[in-house]
Amino acid sequence: MDSAYAAVVGIVMACAVYLLLDRSLPRMALGVILLSAAVNLGIFVAGRLSRQRPPLLPEAVDRLAAEAITNPLSQALILTAIVISFGLTALLLVLVLRTGRELDTLDVDALRISEPPEDGAAH
Amino acid sequence: MTTWLPVLPVVAPLLGAGFATILRHRVRGQRRLALGAAVVQLAGAIGLLAVVWRSGPLALRMGGWPPPFGIVFVADLLGATMAVITGLIGTAVVAYARADASRRAELDGFYPLYLALLAAVAGAFLTGDLFNLYVWFEVMLAAAIGLLLVATRPAQLDGTLKYALLNLIGTTFFLVALSWLYGLTGTLNMADLHLRVPAVENRGAVLTAAMLLVVAFGAKAAVFPLFFWLPASYHTPLASVSAVFAGLLTKVGVYALLRVFTLVIDGAGTPIQTVLCWIAGLTMLTGVLGAASQQDIRRILSFHIVSQIGYMVLGLALYTPLGIVGSIFYVVHHIIVKANLFLVSGVVERLGGGGDLRQLGGLYRRDGVLATLFAVPAASLAGLPPLSGFWAKLLLLQASLAAGYWALAATALVVGLLTLFSMTKIWNEAFWKDAPATLPGGRLSSERRRLLLAPIAALAAVTIAIGLWTQPFLALAERGGATLLDPKPYLDAVREASP
Repeated sequence: MDSAYAAVVGIVMACAVYLLLDRSLPRMALGVILLSAAVNLGIFVAGRLSRQRPPLLPEAVDRLAAEAITNPLSQALILTAIVISFGLTALLLVLVLRTGRELDTLDVDALRISEPPEDGAAH
Repeated sequence: MTTWLPVLPVVAPLLGAGFATILRHRVRGQRRLALGAAVVQLAGAIGLLAVVWRSGPLALRMGGWPPPFGIVFVADLLGATMAVITGLIGTAVVAYARADASRRAELDGFYPLYLALLAAVAGAFLTGDLFNLYVWFEVMLAAAIGLLLVATRPAQLDGTLKYALLNLIGTTFFLVALSWLYGLTGTLNMADLHLRVPAVENRGAVLTAAMLLVVAFGAKAAVFPLFFWLPASYHTPLASVSAVFAGLLTKVGVYALLRVFTLVIDGAGTPIQTVLCWIAGLTMLTGVLGAASQQDIRRILSFHIVSQIGYMVLGLALYTPLGIVGSIFYVVHHIIVKANLFLVSGVVERLGGGGDLRQLGGLYRRDGVLATLFAVPAASLAGLPPLSGFWAKLLLLQASLAAGYWALAATALVVGLLTLFSMTKIWNEAFWKDAPATLPGGRLSSERRRLLLAPIAALAAVTIAIGLWTQPFLALAERGGATLLDPKPYLDAVREASP
């Protein structure tokens, strides 16, 4: 299961990188979304993968073998990360939308307003 | 009372941000609130620094969870010092913004966003938990995107997009590194990581996590080759916004590098040190060379931020006590000087009608006080004695020579010279040469001029004070650096954290 899972994370990550390398802003935004999804999936592995075993101690038992349950903290981390990336993604999408409307282009190569080409020796 | 001190610099602006949002349409109330919150942050941070100086690091745990499990806030000397600087810049810039922010910017939510940014920066300086640091990074990013966009012009949209995309990807790297570290050690508490990371057998995995962190913090700190978002965005928003960004934001990245690569993962003698050395040298060089070809005053200053970040990384990369001291001293000096230069550039743009040096001139004749107030931080940035920048550069030079890094020392010297060249260029073009015949410049009412110049003068006074009374600041940096290299007091404080 672990290797299948790793393959899924890898594929999602590859799609994210492919989209990020695009010149069109909406595709880059999609790339950011997929990237954070891939990373969130990756955090799962840090807390071990297993199915349907809640991290609760049965009565009269004060410790369990580490392999018996998954670590709930990493899932809490993922929840936090999802909330944060949701907020920032919404912000990014609005930004892309505004840019498209006001500057009339969604091609990153055409976005040279803040850095006009004639003084761009460092670029 | 003292037990709550570590969160005060975070809570004050955060509450302020909330109330300022409620007062959305009442600009005057927002102004008072913002100034009040910034002053409380500054006062709280000074109190915190005094307590930490007297009785060692303070720690506070959240929600009653004992340290390795819950989130802790820890104020050691470095964190408390950075919180004081945050409060200082926060207060100075909010005072400046009163005359700088247009009504449109104020109605766009300048004050709530500004206070949220201050809270996030202070939170990043005071947290003792890596995941919490990540959360503050994201809060900072969200507030920064908002601030870049108040009173939007097309150039701002363009700059903000680049800023947002590159920083989002940078923080994603941080998250990946976190999950690696958590998987390897089972903890994200910095003090606990300090004890557990050396015991991890899979050194390759630790190194991978460390490199991911270098990328994440490097993108935040704008080091070579991850700095392109900075000169693309910092010259577009309000002068107040660029001043607070220039002072504080990249330094959070530097602080994270300092903290994580001493306390959490000891980089001395590992490939991390080699990478940091290269980054330091190349950042210094590319930044200053980029500045040389620019004609816009704020863009020149933006490239100088990049170049100066190189110095701060240099101090860390040496991994000697003197190097760390130099690095801390440099960060403190740089935050004040750089924020001040951006504040001055805001006034210059108001007087001259724009930031293009080719179309500026004669400002010395028009406003001699402003010219003098520019000269102080500019000379300090270039490292002229007896200002703060001289001592900062001297410390780093001594440290790199003592550690035998001749090439880095030479680079630091050459870059210092080129910085002087850049500052002279601004001086000559904007202040000294005759005003062009068709100067489009605006006028400033004396009331507005006073409001704009007062915070600039205050920050310039601090720069001079650090230059002339160096000893107390040096002692602070020395003791702060000592806690980084030998974190026993820090670990003890976390273990005994009060609930």
